[in-house]
Amino acid sequence: MKKDIILCGVGGQGILSIATIIGEAATKAGLNLKQAEVHGMSQRGGDVQSNLRLSTEPIYSDLIPQGGTDVVISMEPMESLRYLPYLAKTGTIVTSSKPFINIPNYPDEAALQAELDALPSVVKLDIESVAKDAGNARGANMVLLGMAAPFIEIISVEQLREAIAVIFARKGEAIVEANLKAFDMGVEASKK
Amino acid sequence: MHILSGYDTPERLLCAGEQKSCATIKICDNKTKIEKNNMKQLLLGDEAIALGAINAGLSGVYAYPGTPSTEITEFIQSNKVARERGIHSRWCTNEKTAMEAALGMSYAGKRALVCMKHVGMNVCADAFVNSAITGVNGGLIVLAADDPSMHSSQNEQDSRFYGKFALIPVFEPSNQQEAYDMMASAFDMSEQLKVPVLLRIVTRLAHSRAAVEVGEPIAEKTLNPSTDQWVLLPGIARKKYVDLLGKQAAFQEASESSPYNKKETASGQKLGIIACGIGYNYVKENMGGGANILKISQYPLPAEAIKKLAGENDAILVVEDGQPVVEEQVAGILGAGYPIKGRLTGDLPRTGELTPDSVAKALGLPTGPVFDNAKNLAGRPPQLCQGCGHRDVYTALNQVLAEYPDYRVFGDIGCYTLGALPPFKSLSSCVDMGASITMAKGAADAGLFPAVAIIGDSTFTHSGMTGLLDAVNDQSNITVVISDNLTTGMTGGQDSAGTNKFEAICLGLGVEPEHVRVVVPLPKNMPEITRILKEEIEYKGVSVIIPRRECIQTAARHARERQKAKEANK
Repeated sequence: MKKDIILCGVGGQGILSIATIIGEAATKAGLNLKQAEVHGMSQRGGDVQSNLRLSTEPIYSDLIPQGGTDVVISMEPMESLRYLPYLAKTGTIVTSSKPFINIPNYPDEAALQAELDALPSVVKLDIESVAKDAGNARGANMVLLGMAAPFIEIISVEQLREAIAVIFARKGEAIVEANLKAFDMGVEASKK
Repeated sequence: MHILSGYDTPERLLCAGEQKSCATIKICDNKTKIEKNNMKQLLLGDEAIALGAINAGLSGVYAYPGTPSTEITEFIQSNKVARERGIHSRWCTNEKTAMEAALGMSYAGKRALVCMKHVGMNVCADAFVNSAITGVNGGLIVLAADDPSMHSSQNEQDSRFYGKFALIPVFEPSNQQEAYDMMASAFDMSEQLKVPVLLRIVTRLAHSRAAVEVGEPIAEKTLNPSTDQWVLLPGIARKKYVDLLGKQAAFQEASESSPYNKKETASGQKLGIIACGIGYNYVKENMGGGANILKISQYPLPAEAIKKLAGENDAILVVEDGQPVVEEQVAGILGAGYPIKGRLTGDLPRTGELTPDSVAKALGLPTGPVFDNAKNLAGRPPQLCQGCGHRDVYTALNQVLAEYPDYRVFGDIGCYTLGALPPFKSLSSCVDMGASITMAKGAADAGLFPAVAIIGDSTFTHSGMTGLLDAVNDQSNITVVISDNLTTGMTGGQDSAGTNKFEAICLGLGVEPEHVRVVVPLPKNMPEITRILKEEIEYKGVSVIIPRRECIQTAARHARERQKAKEANK
């Protein structure tokens, strides 16, 4: 079994912490993993992505082939569309619905949402509002991870919860609880 | 001459049973034994290299930050064993000082590592090429991180050319595990054959994470300065050059028998695939059912193995990430008429990094159905952070220069290169580290006015100071802006070599004291900044303006650290 995931968003939105949690869970589960990250210039407010490959078999390429991605997990709706040629025809996009506009030529929002809605499998949510409602405004990425969790399959929702606890442990119990709460709300949201 | 056999497996001792004498090459004395403890760590390629070096008895890493190589030195700086041992890891002023310091450490008998991005090889090339002539004492690895597709670079030059140019062995790992393992192998080879070894990686390996099986650190080498003469006077250099040429056969033999260069065969196929470095992964990704592959991760090229592969197949496909270094050489090895496919023939794209898709196409494999590109999509280029001092500098510069129809601003390398993009569009050039000052000088010599250079603090000490001295000596009519954010910002906020020294450096180089001006780049200071800029542009000679305000990223980090320290002291 294998799962190929693209994590994406805008530099500074915290996609690498999502990757770290999935990585922790995958390692603990004894899976093979390759995770290609973006460092350097693009981190300055530009588009960023990470190719995350999980498998029970050996993984060779650090990059996912076109049409091979099982789940695109995106902190931003337009960014979720950037990797469309890499999404499998049977794949799912899990994305924040709220645009992050830091460019003058951001596309028409209604057209953007319509294009997303026309795809076979899309889960979207205003993750920032959900995080804020949960009293953890900085936990939007954990809400997103929760939404994506049921689609990752090769790692269980519970394994991801455990990884969150491990990764945030040194920041104290309150932070762990807040992030688990945000994650759980994401899981609930994706069931709807 | 079968001298070297094996550079990775702990069980395989070098030269075992096949030791032969060789006048100039000492080999079998101390192969690094690595006891792997089955502990797996999730490491970036860069981190695997760093840990591999530490565990192989490294005594010093010398480097200047540059994507995608930066994380190697950062890892060593924060590693517990490295700290306990006092392994040198402070950043250097530039790649040339780094290369020379590492050569000095090697001279003294200890293991040294130099790390840089590919264009850093150009900066240290003098020292690098000549280190092959002097030879080494303690193991010396030069790590070049290439950037095919130019993710964060101005070109995609292939450092393997430098290895061939300097006539030294090159290692090119295909994955994180090999990157780790090769550090010990390369240090051993360096010491046994008395040459520096080049380790070439690419962005995709540097910045990709995978589980790596690691071992325990071995002891560092003790101080044991070379007694050999490293004085490259012509008479000595000629002799040493002949020595270096004499080692080529051993390098070649090492490649032929290297466990990193391995062959895989499949029945019924008549295409031979030469897969170099991470190119091997893309071939394996696509050829799950097997293929006739010669994986290459150690150079010089194993010519005999390549001839054999050619003999067993009807054509060769060369899959290499970077420039067609191997493809050209294979044409030479096989002679005219043998069909060779690769980047030169268009079977693979001539530019950019390899992908599993481009390799699938070159292998003639069918592609599955894919979604078209999205319609509602716009580019999102990187930009200067909101609140960054460079923004205020460009706002002021644009305002003042609008009054001069023929102005040009010569840029340099760092975050502030983003001033070339909207909304500022301030720059006319960005070429290499330090070129802002010297290009402005040359343009001013030609009569261009105003000729303005903008350069960051770290770039200035890297390669700007010497150019400023030229300008002072020539009394060139240029205005130099050293935009000082107290850090090396673009690569993530590493210490900058000249912090707190810029006024003294400029004065020392001979810039007149009244034309070294310091301002604080904040919107509220705009009237003062623009007035000073205007005054210095009007001054007919060299003037330096230093807008100084800490990078907002490092400022935030330092604030967090202070807060943490405060809480810890409670």
